[in-house]
Amino acid sequence: MADNVKPRVRVPSSATAGEVVTIKTLISHQMESGQRKDDAGNVIPRSIINRFVAAYNGETVIDVTLEPAISTNPYFEFQAKIPESGTMTFTWYDDDGSVYEDSQEITVG
Amino acid sequence: GNWSRLAAQQSLTQDDLIGGGGSGNVTLIHITDIHAQTQPVWFREPEINLGVGAVAGLPPHLTGAAFRQAFGIAEGSPRDYALTHDDFVALARTYGRMGGLDRIATVVKAIRADRPDALLLDGGDTWQGSLPALRTEGADMVRLFNALGVEAMTSHWEFTLGIDRVREIVEGDLQAAFLGANIFDAEWDEPAFEPMTMVERGGAQIAVIGQAFPYLPIANPGWLFPDLSFGIRQERMAEVVQSARDAGASAVVLLSHNGFDVDRKLAEDVPGIDVILTGHTHDAIPEPVMVGKTALIASGSHGKFVSRVDLDVRDGAVQGIDHRLIPIFSDVIAPDAEMTALVEETRAPFADEMSEVLGTTGSLLYRRGNFNGTWDDLICNALVAEREADIALSPGFRWGATLLPGQEITREDVFNVTAMSYPAAYRTEMTGAFLHTVLEDVADNLFNPDPYYQQGGDMVRVGGMGYRIDVTQPQGSRITEMTLLRTGERIDPDRTYTVSGWASVNEGTEGPPIWDVVEAHIRKQGTVTIDPNQSVDVIAG
Amino acid sequence: GLGALAAAFVLPKVAVAATDDAIAAFTGGASVGQGGITLTAPEIAENGNTVPIEVSAPGAEAIMVLAAGNPNPDVATFNFGPLSGAQSASTRIRLAETQDVVAIARMGDGSFVEARQEVKVTIGGCGG
Ligand SMILES: [Mn+2]
Ligand SMILES: [Mn+2]
Repeated sequence: MADNVKPRVRVPSSATAGEVVTIKTLISHQMESGQRKDDAGNVIPRSIINRFVAAYNGETVIDVTLEPAISTNPYFEFQAKIPESGTMTFTWYDDDGSVYEDSQEITVG
Repeated sequence: GNWSRLAAQQSLTQDDLIGGGGSGNVTLIHITDIHAQTQPVWFREPEINLGVGAVAGLPPHLTGAAFRQAFGIAEGSPRDYALTHDDFVALARTYGRMGGLDRIATVVKAIRADRPDALLLDGGDTWQGSLPALRTEGADMVRLFNALGVEAMTSHWEFTLGIDRVREIVEGDLQAAFLGANIFDAEWDEPAFEPMTMVERGGAQIAVIGQAFPYLPIANPGWLFPDLSFGIRQERMAEVVQSARDAGASAVVLLSHNGFDVDRKLAEDVPGIDVILTGHTHDAIPEPVMVGKTALIASGSHGKFVSRVDLDVRDGAVQGIDHRLIPIFSDVIAPDAEMTALVEETRAPFADEMSEVLGTTGSLLYRRGNFNGTWDDLICNALVAEREADIALSPGFRWGATLLPGQEITREDVFNVTAMSYPAAYRTEMTGAFLHTVLEDVADNLFNPDPYYQQGGDMVRVGGMGYRIDVTQPQGSRITEMTLLRTGERIDPDRTYTVSGWASVNEGTEGPPIWDVVEAHIRKQGTVTIDPNQSVDVIAG
Repeated sequence: GLGALAAAFVLPKVAVAATDDAIAAFTGGASVGQGGITLTAPEIAENGNTVPIEVSAPGAEAIMVLAAGNPNPDVATFNFGPLSGAQSASTRIRLAETQDVVAIARMGDGSFVEARQEVKVTIGGCGG
């Protein structure tokens, strides 16, 4: 697992039924492109987050394929439809097999 | 001589310059780009100010005779002196220095005597450009502009004090609203400062929206304000204008630091702005430039001018607009005693240091113009000599006061063209190919035909090297015939040259501050004489 | 101010072919139309290492983003699920030099549309 990987999300805690809400996510990650060289001239191996998925109560909101051209600390902003109360889950998949997760409840009332 | 000077001054009166009662029911007073110049100064307007693409030959891209013709200005008249470069030395000796915050205070008070609730707005580049502003990190200018009664401002060089200092001032002593609709937090992409303020004037709601300089992290060191993002953000501006109208604004005023050509395009593309008070490009234009229903006002720089804009706001809309570009002739407009005292108080701790004479100039020293200026030629000469370089680079800043031939050069004068927070005079190696890339890159920031790709400075000044520039060509093809002046040989793309310069935007740049380099050079010269620079060959199209 | 350029300066030029190949792989060779898709990017990047972009194509199933002037043009593909509230997304990308950013959407009916914008990556410095 890469060091110091920390997900952060901004999700409204409540919504009206059927409302479209804005979600923002950040994850601290170097996103080593595989194109840089170290001081000795050796290529630093690629190590990136290659996929990000947001789902609500198990249904997909957005599923993103990331390439090395995504910046350090990948940021996403997108819109989700909230039909009822439930849980928004966020999953980041690392090249090294690590999986990072976060989640947040949204109450429809 | 003295006789003509007296005659000229007697033909001007304070009342004529300020004018009588205004029209309408809402008055805006606009000051911008004073660059911490609290004292009257000489300031020569540009000889070359090229417009490209759709704006070629349009204001503000007029100089000299073309400028006089466009605005009906008589040669040798006070307005000619204030607004053009022609015959500058003789006219300067006739009409005297311009600006001075105490004279500006007199004008502001006179306008308020006529229209007590006149709204005083500052377009930014206020807290930088002098020795006292540098040493107090802008505190002197904040205090003085508070006393002047500024109600809202926007920004550019302010951020070169660093984000912590800007926050300290904005949350502390600053009385004006610090507006920037285009300033965002870079991490979460959310607004970082207030976009606008709404005030009631003349029985109507007036929205004042601020727009900071869009290219701050590119033109200036981004590491000084690392968590902020700027940009033109045209959609954001449209949203803010709409929100102002939705909130009941009868007039929408944009206090902008975009630069004139960017504002012209913004006015074309974003409907609903009544007045744009422009800044950053330091243009002074005697009349509003109308773009559709939007009036663009350009109020110059260095305290040379104050704009009075009278709006007739009725039935929820602006029905009419009048504008006066008031030139601040410092020998004609009486200083306001209160402001004189306050300015003296802010300068007192530095008075001895600033007044020290370093040498004399035998030549006119000016900066403004798209290409070379003699002040930067002097700075480049200092860099080549003191840092033992083949080639010197000096940034194309538009700020910096002028000195007349025969004038003593004081330390204050040197700081007026160099005072800023990243002054290291670096010395480095560059290949000829890299130098070419640098010149092409800067040229495109100035001459890209799309204004949204322009950053509003002037071309980087070069010492020790000549070149030819065709401004009509695309990036990569504008700069040819780069020549090392010392040998007359063409610059070799593969050869390495020693280059000295200052104002690098890179963190950790090392070298003595530029003012020390320039001071040492002036002291050795005694009297500096700058020959006309013939080493840049311009093809204007 | 100089030197921010140095990183971009040494990167190799990329063949236009790589971008065309990536588009063909996404579209299966289908023709690509205009309209119905918006790409928002700054005119000039504040920092080539982190350039904010936004793509939006109402009714799209997926949007692919390419950087036509990078050594490898691939950037990201956004696949919108059933609870997507709008077929739009924002992210931040790396651009090695001045180039076109390209966004291509696969619409619900299987057609494709694209939008492009040039983003300038500059060394900066100077100012008024
Ligand atoms: Mn400025
Ligand atoms: Mn300025």
